[in-house]
Amino acid sequence: MTTMNEAEALAEPVVQAPAQPAAAPKMAIRNLDFFYGSFQALKEVNFDIDEREVTAFIGPSGCGKSTLLRTLNRMYSLYPHQRATGEIVFNGRNILDGSTDLNLLRAKVGMVFQKPTPFPMSIYENIAFGVRLYERLSVRQMDERVEWALTKAAMWNEVKDKLKQSGMALSGGQQQRLCIARAVSVRPEVLLLDEPTSALDPISTARIEELISELKADYTIAIVTHNMQQAARVSDKTAYMYLGELMEFGETDQIFLKPKRKETEDYITGRFG
Amino acid sequence: MRSARYRRRILVNRFNLAMSLATMAFGMLFLFWILATLLRNGFTALSPTLFTQMTPPPGSAGGLLNAIFGSVLIVGAATLVSTPIGVLAGIYLAEYGRNGAFAEATRLINDILLSAPSIILGLFVYTVYVVHVGHFSGWAGSMALGLIAIPVVVRTTENMLRLVPSSLREAAVALGAPMWKVILMVTLKAVRGGVITGVLLAVARMSGETAPLLFTALNNQFFSSDMNGPMANLPVVIFQFAMSPFDDWKTLAWAAALLITLAVLVLNILARTVFRQPTVR
Repeated sequence: MTTMNEAEALAEPVVQAPAQPAAAPKMAIRNLDFFYGSFQALKEVNFDIDEREVTAFIGPSGCGKSTLLRTLNRMYSLYPHQRATGEIVFNGRNILDGSTDLNLLRAKVGMVFQKPTPFPMSIYENIAFGVRLYERLSVRQMDERVEWALTKAAMWNEVKDKLKQSGMALSGGQQQRLCIARAVSVRPEVLLLDEPTSALDPISTARIEELISELKADYTIAIVTHNMQQAARVSDKTAYMYLGELMEFGETDQIFLKPKRKETEDYITGRFG
Repeated sequence: MRSARYRRRILVNRFNLAMSLATMAFGMLFLFWILATLLRNGFTALSPTLFTQMTPPPGSAGGLLNAIFGSVLIVGAATLVSTPIGVLAGIYLAEYGRNGAFAEATRLINDILLSAPSIILGLFVYTVYVVHVGHFSGWAGSMALGLIAIPVVVRTTENMLRLVPSSLREAAVALGAPMWKVILMVTLKAVRGGVITGVLLAVARMSGETAPLLFTALNNQFFSSDMNGPMANLPVVIFQFAMSPFDDWKTLAWAAALLITLAVLVLNILARTVFRQPTVR
């Protein structure tokens, strides 16, 4: 049992410096605080998300990992009583600035949700909807883009003969891959995945994990997961969060094999209490 | 092994089941009684001339063509105007206003309007419009009916949009779609069937309303497509003919009542079948 006092005493986060300070990070999170009304859900979070890497956020329910993910594309701005302070530098600009164009930001920082969210339209239109928002393509180019996105999501062969069917008629695993295809189709720079496999069976989960590893070649990915093995399998860096604080951040191997903090080890090994 | 407690539970269950069946039968009895009376009197009155001849003076043959045409025109105009207003207001309440003070006030006023007696809406249009232009008209009838339809459409649109899970809205927003596109192309589309059903139910409600038309469209013995003048319509024809002492007028009133009922029935069936869609998860 970790009591509150112990947690506070150990609250100084251990953040590992990047192995080689090579390129600038894709997203740099600095002194990030987040509030739901008066409740502070994130406290002084600092870390970098590096380009073409998978960064996993782990931690118990309510620790703020989903909240953190939702600050990265300003999704929280939909809701009036939610606010973030600090900095998230993306492409040289602080996206928490009031002047940020949220639609353009979200076109560059895509998101896939816990529950599959196909739009009430055909499989083809599910993908074309997002593409049309920012690009004018000929019918042929659009066909190619839809095929490309569905291929990326490893489902082209399953659905190529039924593109006109409703996206809502697909199975849960297919729906989720359709949502990934949709997010990929607008060619974002960063993909945020919020527990993308928690509603799926093991086979669909395995396919989506394979997919994440493949997408890593072109995209920067941040994934929230409750599944330790999944974090260990797919991610390069792992952030362990607890009670709104980033407790430990570093290479996934290091976090899982030689965690610097006792709490991280307890959580990873399931001895969390 | 039947304990007394278990037997008692079965008895209570039987009693409650019997009571609820009885109350249902009581309600159904009156509904079917009304429909049976209507069918018995209305069917004998049905004839092709209903659709070819005008409402007659007492003692001569005639039909309901002018009243059918007038009703379609008045209800049609009211529907065309009230649908966009109602849907847009519903979108505002569900998507933009949410819990703001203005939205709360709008919701309250809408609910009051929803339950306002229709005769008052008719008197209102009479006072602010008919008195000023100096004559009854089809337009005035459409206005009064529109006031009945708008709150119905606002209510159903808002309720339907609130059923859309926020995850669907967020998913569209996450692609960088502006709010208006999210609403028109995703959330409204997801509940299209429900919104159309709301409009059809408003149409059904309007087609039977008499009180608001008495002070506005009034009636017309002749065929008229001039929305600026008094217009014949089925509910007022029923009202006048049914109260008259003439048997042929009474027969026509039964026919008109049956026509309205059948039209409303068709609309309701349409709303529940053609426009029904799988519910959004």
